[in-house]
Amino acid sequence: MTDAVATRPAAVVRARHVDGGRLLLYGCAILITLFMLTPVYLIALAAFSTPEAIFDYPHPLVPTSISLDNIRFFLTFQGILPALLRSLAVGGLTVVLSLVLGCPAGYALARYWFRGKDAAQLVLVNVRAIPMVIISIPLLVTFIEWNLNDTVVSVALVHAAITLPLTILISASVFLRVPAELEEAAMSLGTSKVGAVIRVVLPNSVPGLAAAALFAFVTSWNEVFVAVILTLRNPTLPAALVQQLSDSPIAFRFAGGLCLTVPAFVFIFFMRPYLFNAFGVGGK
Amino acid sequence: MAADQAASAAAPPRAARRPARGGAAARLRPLTPYLLMAPAMLFLAYFLFWPAIGAFGVAFQTAAGQWTFANFQALVRDTDFGLAVRNTFLLLAIIIPLEFAVALAMAVLAQSRLRGRGFFLYVWSFPLAISDLAAGLVWLSIFTSHGYLNSALQDVHVIQHPIGFLDYDNVPGLILAVVLAETWRSISLVMVVIMSGIQSIPTELGEAAAILGASAWKRFTTVTLPLLKPTLQVGLMLRTTTAFQVFAVVLALTGSGLPVLATKTASWAYGARNYQMAAAYAVLLLMLSSLATLAYLTFLRTPREVFQR
Repeated sequence: MTDAVATRPAAVVRARHVDGGRLLLYGCAILITLFMLTPVYLIALAAFSTPEAIFDYPHPLVPTSISLDNIRFFLTFQGILPALLRSLAVGGLTVVLSLVLGCPAGYALARYWFRGKDAAQLVLVNVRAIPMVIISIPLLVTFIEWNLNDTVVSVALVHAAITLPLTILISASVFLRVPAELEEAAMSLGTSKVGAVIRVVLPNSVPGLAAAALFAFVTSWNEVFVAVILTLRNPTLPAALVQQLSDSPIAFRFAGGLCLTVPAFVFIFFMRPYLFNAFGVGGK
Repeated sequence: MAADQAASAAAPPRAARRPARGGAAARLRPLTPYLLMAPAMLFLAYFLFWPAIGAFGVAFQTAAGQWTFANFQALVRDTDFGLAVRNTFLLLAIIIPLEFAVALAMAVLAQSRLRGRGFFLYVWSFPLAISDLAAGLVWLSIFTSHGYLNSALQDVHVIQHPIGFLDYDNVPGLILAVVLAETWRSISLVMVVIMSGIQSIPTELGEAAAILGASAWKRFTTVTLPLLKPTLQVGLMLRTTTAFQVFAVVLALTGSGLPVLATKTASWAYGARNYQMAAAYAVLLLMLSSLATLAYLTFLRTPREVFQR
C-alpha cells in the first residue's frame, strides 16, 4: 500500500477520495445506529434509576444510581403479572392456530399447481392492506354474541387471522427448500404421502417453521389495538399498559417501556435470516 | 408440481399409468391442494374478510339494526373530529416522506460493503419486533418536561427552563415527539422492504453504468431508483395504510392531547361502548387508506417491462 502510494501519485488521490467516501458512509451508518440505540439506552437509564432520581432535574445522562425498584414496582403492580401470562397464552395459542392452519396451505402452495393458486397468493400478500382497526369492532360484536368477549381465546383467534397469511407464505418458502425428491424417495421405500410429509418434510423444515412461529408470536405479543378493543378485565400486557397509561406513575411507564423493548433484540436475533421473507415485498 | 413432473417422466405412457391408480383416491387427488388450502382460507374469510365488510353494516345501522346515515352525521359533528382528521394527515405527511428518504439511505448503506454490516443491519432492524406502544413509552422518557432532551439541552446551556414538549397546547411539540417515535419504530420496516427491492435488481446494470463512468449518485438516481419504483409503490401503500392507524404511540406520548382517527375509534368503542360511532370512524379510516392506495396505484404506475425486470 505505502509502496503504491510512493510510486503512483495518481493512486494517492484516488485512494484518498475513496477513503473520504467510505468515511462518510461510516459516519452516516454510525449516526443512524446512534439514533436507533440512544432511546434504548435512555429508557434503560430511566427504568433502572432509583424512584427518587426519576424526579431529579436535569437528569444525569450517565448512570449514577442503579436500582431494580422501578422494574419490581412494574412487575408487581396490580394485574401486570396476570396480563403478562395472558399475553404469553395468547401468543402461544396464536402460534398453534396459525401453524396448524398455515402449514397445510403453505404445503399446497409449495408442491401443487392448482387453479386459483395465483389469486390465493395475491390475496395472501395483500391482506396486510386491511386496516386492523376496521375488523376489531364487528368481531367484538360477534364475540359478545358468542360469550367469548374479554377472553384469551377471542384475542388469539384474531391474532391468528392477522398472522396466518404470513405463516402460509413463510411455510411455503420453507417447504420449497425441501427437495421433492426426498419425499418421493421416502414414498418409494413404502411410506404413504402423509408419512413422507411427517417423516421427511417436517423434520427438514424445523428451523424455518420455528421462525414462522416466532413471527406469529411477536406479532401477537406486540399487537395493541385489537387487544384493547376486545378485552376489559382480562387484558393482555400491552392492553393492560394502555388501560393504566393515564393514571399510572411515570416510573411504571418507563419500566413497562423497557420490558416491552428488550425482548425485540432477542426476537430479531433469531429472525434475521427470514426478515426479507416476512417483511420484504415480492422476492421468494 | 415437481412431483407430478417426475412421475410422468418416469412413466411416459401417461394414459396407461393414470387409470392404473384408479378408484376414488385417484379422483380425489386433484382436490388435495384445495383441501389443504380450505381451512386457512375459511378461517381468514371468517375472521378477516367478513368483519371488514361487517364494519360497514355496523357503521350504517343504528344500535337497533335500522339502516341509517346518522352515525356519520354524528361523526362529522363529533368534538375532536376535525382535529383528529387534521392530526392524522399532518403526521402522515411528515412521517412518510421522512421515513422513505432516510430508509432509502439506510438500505443503500446496508447494501454497500461496510465492515460490521451485520451489526448495523441487526441494530437497524430490531424495532421490527417492538410495538408502537413500546416506542411511545421509550420516547416518553426523552420528551417529558423533566426528560432527557430537556436535561441535555440545559446541560449545554441552550435553554434555561425546561420546554413543555408534551403540554396539551403545544401542538408542534406533540407532533415532533410522535413523528420521532413513530419514525424510530417503523423505519426498519421500510428499510427491509426497500432492501428486498434492491436485492432483486441485477447488479450487472449498476456495474455497466459504473464502467460507462457514472458516479455513485448518478447510478443511484438513474439505475437503482427507477428500478425500485414498484417496490416503493408497494412499500408506500403498506406504510400509508399503517400510518393512518397510528394509535398507541400517540396515546403513550400525548394522552388525549393529540386526537387521531384511531384513538377516536378506540375511545368510542372502549370508553363509550358506542360501536356504531367506532365503526363509522373505522370505515372512514378504511376509505382514506383505500383512496391513498388508489392514488399510489394511479400516480406511481410502472410500465410492465420495468416491473418484470
